[in-house]
Amino acid sequence: MIKAILIFNNHGKPRLIRFYQYFAEDMQQQIIRETFHLVSKRDDNVCNFLEGGSLIGGSDYKLIYRHYATLYFVFCVDSSESELGILDLIQVFVETLDKCFENVCELDLIFHMDKVHYILQEVVMGGMVLETNMNEIVAQVEVQNRMEKSEGGLSAAPARAVSAVKNMNLPEIPRNINIGDINIKVPSLSPF
Amino acid sequence: MSDVVEKTLTALPSLLSLDSQPGSAKLSSTSKLGNLIRGITELTSKHEEEKLIQRELTSIKEQMSSPSTSMRQMKELMVRAIYCEMLGYEASFTYIHAIKLAQQGTALEKRVGYLAVSLFLNESHELLLLLVNTVLKDLQSTNLIEVCMALTVVSQMFPKDMIPAILPLVEEKLNHPKEIIRRKAVLALYKFYQIAPNQVQHIHNKFRKALCDKDPGVMTASLHIYLQMIQENPEGYKDLTASFVTILKQVVGGKLPMDFNYHSVPAPWLQIQLLRILSLLGKNDQSTSEIMYDVLDESLRRAEMNHNITYAILYECVKCIYTIHPKSELLEKAAKCIGNFVLSQKINLKYLGLKALTYVVQQDPKLALQHQMTIIECLDHPDLIIKRETLELLFRITNAQNVTVIVEKMLEFLQLNEDDYTTTDLVGKVAELAEKYPYNEWFIETMNTVFSVGGDMMQPDIPNGFLKLLSEGFDSVEEDRKLRQFAVDSYISLLQGETGKLPQRFLQVISWVLGEYAHLRTDLEPATVLRLLSKLLDSKNTSSETKSWVLIAMTKLCDGRTGISAAQEVSETYSSSLDTVLRQRAQELQHLSQDSELRDRVLPRDTGLEPPEVDSSLSFLDGFVSEALAAGAAPYKPPHQRQEELAQAKTLSLEPYSLSLPISMSSCSITDRQSPTLLSISSGLSGDSMDLSHKGGSTTLKLDGVKRVWGRDGYLAQRESVEEAAKVEVPSPLHSASEQGEAEGAHSQNPTPTPTPEPEQEKQQLASSLFVGLGSQSSVCLMGKAEPNPQRFRRKAKSPSLSSGPSEPTSNSIISSPSTVDNLLCNNLLDSNITSGASQDPPPELSQDLSTANGTCDVEFTDRDEEEREPSLIKDNGVIAHEDKDRPKDLCLSSHLPAELSGCSCSEIIPLCSHQSLHLSACHVQRDEFLVLVVFIYNSSDSDVQQILLELESDQLQVSCVCESPVQEVSGDSVAVCQYTLTVRRPSVHVEVAGVVSYTSQTTESTQFSYKLPLTSFIRPLTVSTEEYGTMWLAFSNDTKQNLTLISEDQESLTASLNVLKRKLQLHVVEIIGMEGIVACRVLQDQPCLMHCRVHAGSLAVWLRSPVPDLPDCLIYHCQRALQEH
Repeated sequence: MIKAILIFNNHGKPRLIRFYQYFAEDMQQQIIRETFHLVSKRDDNVCNFLEGGSLIGGSDYKLIYRHYATLYFVFCVDSSESELGILDLIQVFVETLDKCFENVCELDLIFHMDKVHYILQEVVMGGMVLETNMNEIVAQVEVQNRMEKSEGGLSAAPARAVSAVKNMNLPEIPRNINIGDINIKVPSLSPF
Repeated sequence: MSDVVEKTLTALPSLLSLDSQPGSAKLSSTSKLGNLIRGITELTSKHEEEKLIQRELTSIKEQMSSPSTSMRQMKELMVRAIYCEMLGYEASFTYIHAIKLAQQGTALEKRVGYLAVSLFLNESHELLLLLVNTVLKDLQSTNLIEVCMALTVVSQMFPKDMIPAILPLVEEKLNHPKEIIRRKAVLALYKFYQIAPNQVQHIHNKFRKALCDKDPGVMTASLHIYLQMIQENPEGYKDLTASFVTILKQVVGGKLPMDFNYHSVPAPWLQIQLLRILSLLGKNDQSTSEIMYDVLDESLRRAEMNHNITYAILYECVKCIYTIHPKSELLEKAAKCIGNFVLSQKINLKYLGLKALTYVVQQDPKLALQHQMTIIECLDHPDLIIKRETLELLFRITNAQNVTVIVEKMLEFLQLNEDDYTTTDLVGKVAELAEKYPYNEWFIETMNTVFSVGGDMMQPDIPNGFLKLLSEGFDSVEEDRKLRQFAVDSYISLLQGETGKLPQRFLQVISWVLGEYAHLRTDLEPATVLRLLSKLLDSKNTSSETKSWVLIAMTKLCDGRTGISAAQEVSETYSSSLDTVLRQRAQELQHLSQDSELRDRVLPRDTGLEPPEVDSSLSFLDGFVSEALAAGAAPYKPPHQRQEELAQAKTLSLEPYSLSLPISMSSCSITDRQSPTLLSISSGLSGDSMDLSHKGGSTTLKLDGVKRVWGRDGYLAQRESVEEAAKVEVPSPLHSASEQGEAEGAHSQNPTPTPTPEPEQEKQQLASSLFVGLGSQSSVCLMGKAEPNPQRFRRKAKSPSLSSGPSEPTSNSIISSPSTVDNLLCNNLLDSNITSGASQDPPPELSQDLSTANGTCDVEFTDRDEEEREPSLIKDNGVIAHEDKDRPKDLCLSSHLPAELSGCSCSEIIPLCSHQSLHLSACHVQRDEFLVLVVFIYNSSDSDVQQILLELESDQLQVSCVCESPVQEVSGDSVAVCQYTLTVRRPSVHVEVAGVVSYTSQTTESTQFSYKLPLTSFIRPLTVSTEEYGTMWLAFSNDTKQNLTLISEDQESLTASLNVLKRKLQLHVVEIIGMEGIVACRVLQDQPCLMHCRVHAGSLAVWLRSPVPDLPDCLIYHCQRALQEH
């Protein structure tokens, strides 16, 4: 079972937190901090699995993570999950994000945190892998989006506002995110 | 666009006054979120962030509570609240609004509401109850998206008690035309299964249907359920093996639509899942394993190394092959595969390769030899995780020859490691290895490092085990003495150095050893040791627990004039200590140092490990008690009784203020509600010495207590857990360090085939010392010279425990026969399908193919069909049935046992009654949560029997029919089966079900019968921890006591007796401490009964407690029977 999915950036700022097992609020924050601490000090050329740490579920607990440019995607799982399987699931998830957001970058995750949650809901449900087929996930998300569009044209306005904010010069957020072999660039924009 | 941007920009300065415009719709809220985020990124300190968020939350709160806020605005506010919560700021005021949003909003707002609820709340949150109705409504909605949302939230969390309310709706969704709904419904049911397994008990058939769903996605989802269920009870699902194998065969064979491919690998996650299930099914089961050999072989063959995900499949394959009953051909291939992993340049694969090797070396240590150079390289790998994994592997191949090198490597790693968890883990392993091969100095030195590195984090059983080893000793007295002397020497020198940094546990060990064995060094003045110890007492870093250890050690040591004066000094200081334990110890020290004769009696030197005689009835107190009673003292009441009386006296429930009573076991065992004078004290448990010291004033009493708790045996015995205290392996011919060195030297002199450069040679030397004694193949061994008798390493402590003891199905082979027939049938059908589906076929047809294949599985699982098919099977046997009345009929009856019961333990089928042509027989089948009574109605005539009415009732039992529609007619020469679940309503030694069957053949007839079964069939183990046991014990009011005969007289009699009870009655042994044991069980359904056993005067004093009135009496009867019959 997947116990938790954590996404944070290189500075440990959480971008998406999803727990599939209950932990009290402060415990959650401690798990995030500790996980970041463990993951961030590892080089890129070491293995993507981490064991130890007795935070979640004692010894039957493993961290499987991938590092994309500015973001860490960490899945906390127990022994019933396959290590390499989860590793590729992360890739599927990120590729799906990329498809849904068209060149995903950290800002998308920040400003559309809710949407990322919806996409994740189609991949993992209650700690179980629900769907691993990217097209299927995208299709499900799109069905929901269509419902959003039909609900009112107003949603267009905030979207524009977001893209405006997104284009502003934000400190410490780099401009491209590297998803495996797909290199996505956020179009470079002149700062304000 | 520019308009919005400008607004956003103008908002920048007013960032800090976000709350200035509550409810303002001027700025869209999303950009407010943007503002918030930007605000946070610009902040530099945590403190500023806190201030900003607090302000934000205040603003959100204000707007949310304003009645004019629309649902749409609410939705946006909610997203902001989610963001704040993610950053770790509590926004609990939004929870209720989230529920409201899910309840009242339109689909989109609902989605945010549900998301917020699933992020904020947990299963036990009280607000969740408010969500139940919303979920109920949405599950019935015609909008598919709403149904999806409801299912998603249900699978994340749902209050356990409310499951019945929505269960039918979720079940219904399994038949939904949309596959995504079916799939989500399956996962929701999985969640229910996890949190309340007995509530979904009845829908196992539906799980099977989901497994046979025409959509592979739904089937994949159902595998989650099966994986868990098979993990819990592999025996119950053996009949599905063939189905899983067929599914895997089709997946591997590329029969799935292309959509399921991932990097041109067909449904890899599905394959992984199936392989895991197969390995669980095939474990220790040859016949089941044989079914899967082919498909495993094919999986290995098909998975070409081209992508990560194929490695994932290969890894599972290899693990499966090594888990199931071995087949040499496959093992060979798997071993080669592991080689590919280990040798891979990709670090992830190397890691998994090491993991696989670790898993495999236990069966085949030679495999490690093939990869020894890689392993050596991994030992120096920069990645700590890889290093640790390598050490784990080495740990598994440790033997007497290489232990020193491996331990050295482990200790090296420990110096580098910073992670607490790893340290604790590894320290435990080093200690385990060291204890297995206790070579004099090396052992002590290793343990010293373990103690100083492991510090206070390590498992408490490590120091206990060490002390036990040291005190028990080994074969030769001389060796023991040397070992102890060496320990004393090394500790003295440690204490002479800087002691401030030594962990408390280590200091405790040191003081114990010095107290016990300092006298072995005759050249050592006791005064010197005393001085060193008192230095510890003065240190600020020493905890008071350690101080009491030190004081005890001093008590043992204070000899001679100087000793006494030192002791007096110390005891004076501490006899006024605030810490009562320390004061107690100081008192002991003072008294015992003055009276050496008494001390020798209380703390004898060099005694064996025989437990001291303890008057557990405390009969010496009788006089004192009766005196006190005569003087008008109230008789002693144990705490639980006091509590009860207290509760009865008050009409109002004052629970929060009720007496806080100790719930530890010690209080349980001391108490005795019936005879206040007959106090029982357990020798093993930590009786509170304070308790004793104020009860009686006489010195003897106090000292007795002291002896019991702190004596060399008493204290340790209590700390050591029940686990078989590590049996000390006879140390194989002692290798001193020099010998080892010589051996190594001899090895390195061996001519190596090719001259290697210096570092290589070092590695090879290391290899030789690491892998020595592993295998016999000289060709594989790098060193050329093989060990004369290869010693297979076997882990000693944890022998493979058999998963299920008592419930071996008696008629298993008979039951399984029809299902094998089915499987064969199914196989043939599927095979023909596969051969017909040529690989060039276009995808749509392929998916069709799969669905038909699944269709055949479907047929297999339906009960109805089974019944239809059965008659033909029976007719063959029927001829015999008439010739030999009893056995063959039994045989064919048992084949009618419903498939879902086939794996469970089943009683013999006994005839109930016969009336004309109708014959009734019955048996009972034990399930985890209830007992199933299966009644077979056999019609031996040719004509049909109609309007059969079967009524069962019982005084003691709750009887309920399993099937919705009871059997009404049985056609000629066939059998009908009725199932009833039984649970105990009122316990009794034997329970009986009485029944009436009425039917119409030519005329209406009726006849009566009864079925007796022992209470034992309803007993199930109750798994509780000692703490939980303590709490429960106090809460239960009905009890019984009796002395039972022990099954043997020797040391292990308690354990042996309890094991008999465990085996025969399925009791759960919670803990055994010394001469006492606690046992727990429950009688279906959920009527707990606790049992406390103590060996006293050659018999087993048993004390049972339960909330149910007659249960203890009935149970004790069965315990007695079980022990007598043994």
